[in-house]
Amino acid sequence: MLVLALDTATPAVTAGVVRLTEGPGARVAELGVRVTHDARKHGELLMPGVQGACADAGIRLREVEAIVVGTGPGPFTGLRVGMVTAASLGDALGVPVHGVCSLDAIAQAVVLPGKLTGNLLVATDARRREVYWAAYEAEGARLTGPTVEGPDAVAERLDGLHLVAAAGTMAERFGLPLREPASPTPAGLVAAAAPALDSGRTPGPLEPLYLRRPDAVPPGERKKVHT
Amino acid sequence: MTIVLGIETSCDETGVGIVRMSGSGVAELLANEIASSVEEHARFGGVVPEVASRAHLQAMVPAVHRALETAGLKGSDVDAVAVTAGPGLAGALLVGVAAAKAYAAAWDVPLYGVNHLAAHVAVDTVQHGPLPPALALLVSGGHSSLLAVPDLAGPVTPLGATIDDAAGEAFDKVARLLGLPFPGGPWIDKAAREGDPAAIHFPRGLTGPRDAKYDFSFSGLKTAVARHVEALERSGTPVPVADVAASFQEAVTDVLTMKTVKAAQEYGMDTVLLGGGVAANSRLRALAEERCTAAGLRLRVPRPVLCTDNGAMVAALGAHLAHTGATPSDLALPADSSLQVTEVLVP
Ligand SMILES: [Zn+2]
Repeated sequence: MLVLALDTATPAVTAGVVRLTEGPGARVAELGVRVTHDARKHGELLMPGVQGACADAGIRLREVEAIVVGTGPGPFTGLRVGMVTAASLGDALGVPVHGVCSLDAIAQAVVLPGKLTGNLLVATDARRREVYWAAYEAEGARLTGPTVEGPDAVAERLDGLHLVAAAGTMAERFGLPLREPASPTPAGLVAAAAPALDSGRTPGPLEPLYLRRPDAVPPGERKKVHT
Repeated sequence: MTIVLGIETSCDETGVGIVRMSGSGVAELLANEIASSVEEHARFGGVVPEVASRAHLQAMVPAVHRALETAGLKGSDVDAVAVTAGPGLAGALLVGVAAAKAYAAAWDVPLYGVNHLAAHVAVDTVQHGPLPPALALLVSGGHSSLLAVPDLAGPVTPLGATIDDAAGEAFDKVARLLGLPFPGGPWIDKAAREGDPAAIHFPRGLTGPRDAKYDFSFSGLKTAVARHVEALERSGTPVPVADVAASFQEAVTDVLTMKTVKAAQEYGMDTVLLGGGVAANSRLRALAEERCTAAGLRLRVPRPVLCTDNGAMVAALGAHLAHTGATPSDLALPADSSLQVTEVLVP
């Protein structure tokens, strides 16, 4: 199955065409990948990236059979670019769109070459001195999260988690051996969605993992104008 | 014949419109779907950008569906996609621009990233037919602009704009002072019908001989209304809401229409066009009609649903650009929150 994978939950603007094959063994093969890094230009870079990835894979966009998109958590403005692009492409092409947690996609990419000897921490930048994080077992299944917290609060929780490695754009903050990748890869995204893709079920609605409410407060008493 | 789907997400309305352009340049409206998040903003007393952006993401694809369904079309019938590239709220614009790129790429049709203000002008053609050179007054919660528009697809000349609050913003703020709900425009309009527009003489901003001829200022007016209301409250006098609303509305519409007519005369345009949400204001329409008629000018005002932000206006401008053979935008098209009105089409 030809799958288009997108993620804009980190400063990496990621687009890739992945072949997902049935059965056991190495199931995901990246046929074309375009990744650019600019936290302020997701909107400008993503569609040219999609076209580049299709060209590298030697396919037309309309040959794509399914779409997988990272639903965050990630800074909202960039995150929405990937999500609305995936939803619109899926609608226009008439193919299903599967959302996966972007941290899950990083974890899946870490364990693709082989399972770990213990558990994995994935942490990315949530800005405002906080991180988005989740923990995974050795084969990539999520143990806890995703959550948004300050790094100190996260560090306090790590003791009981039996971690042997960390990945993600904020991984270096926790004194654990580092693993690649720092951002979701097309293969990791498709691996995270593989059970849903295999099932052939119609995916549910795409829900972004914002993890924070919008910054807005109802106005209080109106300010007096001094005469 | 060209069918253009237009997407608008510059503020709190997710708009998708479809316009069919005949070979002879006549634009016909086929669909105009709007999902508004205005109720989610009401308790904040103004549009919250992040709330608007979240709502756009949820509403986008369903709005495209409804528009196609209303028009009785399939995606494969669409010949071009147009989208508001700016000006507007950055995060909100980004959702529409990303969606438009995806639809254009998937359908393999050209993309036109257009100027929101020029689109407010273009929409009138789906109701009143081809537009002669016109002087346009665009007034809403986000903009107050006087534009000379010799040709829809060509460059627009900005003559003036507000130097502080937008006209619609002044309506919202005064409504709040008077204890009326958000958005304030329709409530002020309603209250004013029972009031005396000459009850209180509020200041007419930027109308002195040395002031910028075609710029607007509503901040001083808003402060004057606040002072008036507070003085009454301090003395324990009940606030005559209808009179204050009518007098405020009179001050706003007096300045808007006076400057518009003056500009039309100076620039030799015999057509005046109103657009933007505030164009739905009944006093603005009546006063504009009165003064245009007196000056021998022809006034064109689209129906209210076409005045407020919508996708049809974007589709209409896209259709005119496609009709005149304009070069489509690139898929790297940026959303530009402060796009200048002189830039009708973003490459
Ligand atoms: Zn507008």
